[in-house]
Amino acid sequence: MSANGKPYVREVSRYGWFLGNPRYRRYMAREVTCVFIGLHALILLVALKRLSEGREAWEAFLHNLTGPAGIVLQLVILAFAIYHSTSWFNVTPKAMPVQIGEQFLPGAVIIGAHYAAWLVATVAVLYLAGAF
Amino acid sequence: MAKSNKPIVWGLFAAGGTVTAFLTPALVLLTLLPVFGVMPELLAYDNLRAFAGHWMGKLVLFGILLLMMWHAAHRLRVTLHDFGVRADGAVAVAVYLAAAAGTLAAAYFLLRI
Repeated sequence: MSANGKPYVREVSRYGWFLGNPRYRRYMAREVTCVFIGLHALILLVALKRLSEGREAWEAFLHNLTGPAGIVLQLVILAFAIYHSTSWFNVTPKAMPVQIGEQFLPGAVIIGAHYAAWLVATVAVLYLAGAF
Repeated sequence: MAKSNKPIVWGLFAAGGTVTAFLTPALVLLTLLPVFGVMPELLAYDNLRAFAGHWMGKLVLFGILLLMMWHAAHRLRVTLHDFGVRADGAVAVAVYLAAAAGTLAAAYFLLRI
């Protein structure tokens, strides 16, 4: 507290506090990915519903998903999903450091291993689903 | 120490974030590929019906959906706080109820296949 008893309080906007700092903006971009992950979960839920309703319902659903609106929606979801993946993997050395004896495994090794596993998982899903 | 449900919620968030990070881009690609003339065999009605008809397929789909929804719900709660929404109690009830409803719906649809 200062001598005259009035502490200095820096003005911080309750809603736009993150806009001025690139670090805060990246943090908020990372947090906002959840909206699109949730949206994708909702699409998968509708997919299950349509699949349970029979062949016609399923084929109509797939037709809509590959229409203009479906394409735009999925491209946006894909962009945010990739941002979620990279931001998630990039903090793994902090979230789960690997200690060997006295030394810690370098962060780049942990992050690199996650990216490699991500690539393998993606190729495996596409292969198992008969995409190629 | 006071009882807390934080470990459960945090565990679901972390597990969901990891599963989502590994699988979601691939899952979106699956339904995006037909646009480019590549039709994954799994998306054909009979094949997907057979996959989701088997108990192992049901389990996989249910697990992925459950984790995705609880991950998104928990992060949405924090995100709303960051955007200046201070009614955390009401937000928590709303997002977790939505995740619970989604989880039940996933189980219901899977059991009808």
